[in-house]
Amino acid sequence: MKNAIDIQGLTKRYGKLVALDHVSLSISEGSLFGLIGPDGAGKTTLYQILTTLLSPDEGSATVMGLDVVKDYRKLRTEIGYMPEKFSLYPDLTVDENLHFFASLFGVNVKDNFDLIAPIFDQLQKFPNRRAGALSGGMKQKLALGCALIHRPKVLLLDEPTTGVDAVSRSEFWGMLATLREKGITILVSTSYMDEAERCERIALINKGRILDVDTPGRLIEGLDKNLYNASSKDMYPLLETLRTLPDVKDCYTFGATLHVVTNDDFNPDDAICKLRQEGLEDARIWPAKGNIEDLFIKLAKDDG
Amino acid sequence: MAKEIVISVKDLTKKFGSFTAVDHLTLQVRRGEIFGFLGANGAGKTTAMRMLCGLSFPTSGSGTVAGYDILRQAEEIKRHIGYMSQKFSLYENLTVWENLNLFATIYGMSAKSIREKTDAAFKTLGMENMRNVPVKEIPLGWKQKLAFTAATLHSPDVVFLDEPTGGVDPSTRRKFWEMIYRASSEGMTVFVTTHYLDEAEYCNRISIMVDGRIKALDSPEGLKRQYLAGTMDEVFRIVAKDAKRGD
Repeated sequence: MKNAIDIQGLTKRYGKLVALDHVSLSISEGSLFGLIGPDGAGKTTLYQILTTLLSPDEGSATVMGLDVVKDYRKLRTEIGYMPEKFSLYPDLTVDENLHFFASLFGVNVKDNFDLIAPIFDQLQKFPNRRAGALSGGMKQKLALGCALIHRPKVLLLDEPTTGVDAVSRSEFWGMLATLREKGITILVSTSYMDEAERCERIALINKGRILDVDTPGRLIEGLDKNLYNASSKDMYPLLETLRTLPDVKDCYTFGATLHVVTNDDFNPDDAICKLRQEGLEDARIWPAKGNIEDLFIKLAKDDG
Repeated sequence: MAKEIVISVKDLTKKFGSFTAVDHLTLQVRRGEIFGFLGANGAGKTTAMRMLCGLSFPTSGSGTVAGYDILRQAEEIKRHIGYMSQKFSLYENLTVWENLNLFATIYGMSAKSIREKTDAAFKTLGMENMRNVPVKEIPLGWKQKLAFTAATLHSPDVVFLDEPTGGVDPSTRRKFWEMIYRASSEGMTVFVTTHYLDEAEYCNRISIMVDGRIKALDSPEGLKRQYLAGTMDEVFRIVAKDAKRGD
């Protein structure tokens, strides 16, 4: 299979800060690929280079075989980009925004209507509403519609669902799945780990470096070892006490429970005894199942 | 001053013309409780929160926040609560310390008390070396902790957090929730909105708002039992799926 995106040794510096540090990555055509990393990891810089808005200091990248530096004009017609910040015109209406972006690319809204039809159906409820007055979920759908208007081969989405509620997020990801079936390659970054699990492959990025690339399933293999749940009605004292235990390597909040990462010598029964001595009478500890969040926290910690 | 109920509102309603943004909101929140205020985009959460903070006057209904009447003592409410918005209302050009000092002064804290509290805060946060750095130069995760500290330095009875963790990575979000746990364990009431449903599990109780009304209210465990769901994500989908508004 051909690669839609090829990145080789990409480096970008801002003064002393190395935003991207020899990043290499291949994304095959027609895949849904996730870019996962903390704030300041370099995700947005990578998007800005791939969309030809920034030039790299070292290394090279191609999108659909087009070089991000040499072929930037042609490349721009092949991609659809949703930046992190809402980038449509808030004082233009839904229809005006769609037509504006269509005319920029020299196409008709009708030309590629099949692609945006599912989005358009939902937007049709209020064609004359100004984009600035739409709800968060609707803004994202309009932005996706505008990014698709010229039938791009590659979609580059930088945290498209931040601040969007769970139902709208799920709809948004449904749309991404449909677009992928139509052969569009999608690179998406997210801070929601449930979304990371919906990607075919993900790259974990931290401090400008790629830490790992694989399917979500393979990445979390082996995480269950030495991973426990802990709970009590007094969660904060529980957290503080667990962190003082000798065989506990890390302890962090995890929804209704705490997750405890231990070394091989950890004995749950001994730990419960110690917690009871500290006055946490109702403390419980039992094995936990690791997921992408655990992996992310582990990598962020190992990486300092 | 052992008032157990910190927020108590009944039939709080806000209309904008013919549009009812919040429709008969009734709820009570206890001291030290972490209360998750969930809802789809456009459900009316922000409008409801603004009324609870004394920033918006209800069309009808009544209630008290931190012991003060929503209808008659909005100014007193503002003095006794903390508020942190998704936009972190920090001044980017001021340093970390200047920001804290500004907020504390607005809340009328004495110079001595400000010094003590900020010293303690810098220590807990491990931010001592950032004291004189302009806020625009510190990472997002630190800004978020700083915004929370600015909102709680005057030891309010209740702190309102409007999507405090939007766009923040899992490690940083967790550190933020530890701050919430600590505040709650010290008796502060935390009223928080979020779109991360795993975070809903951190809350003692949760309400889910749909089209201006509270459709569900219980502990995360209770809600999961009631809706036969394994996760809060499923609960949210079941409760919010018929929403007419917003999207």
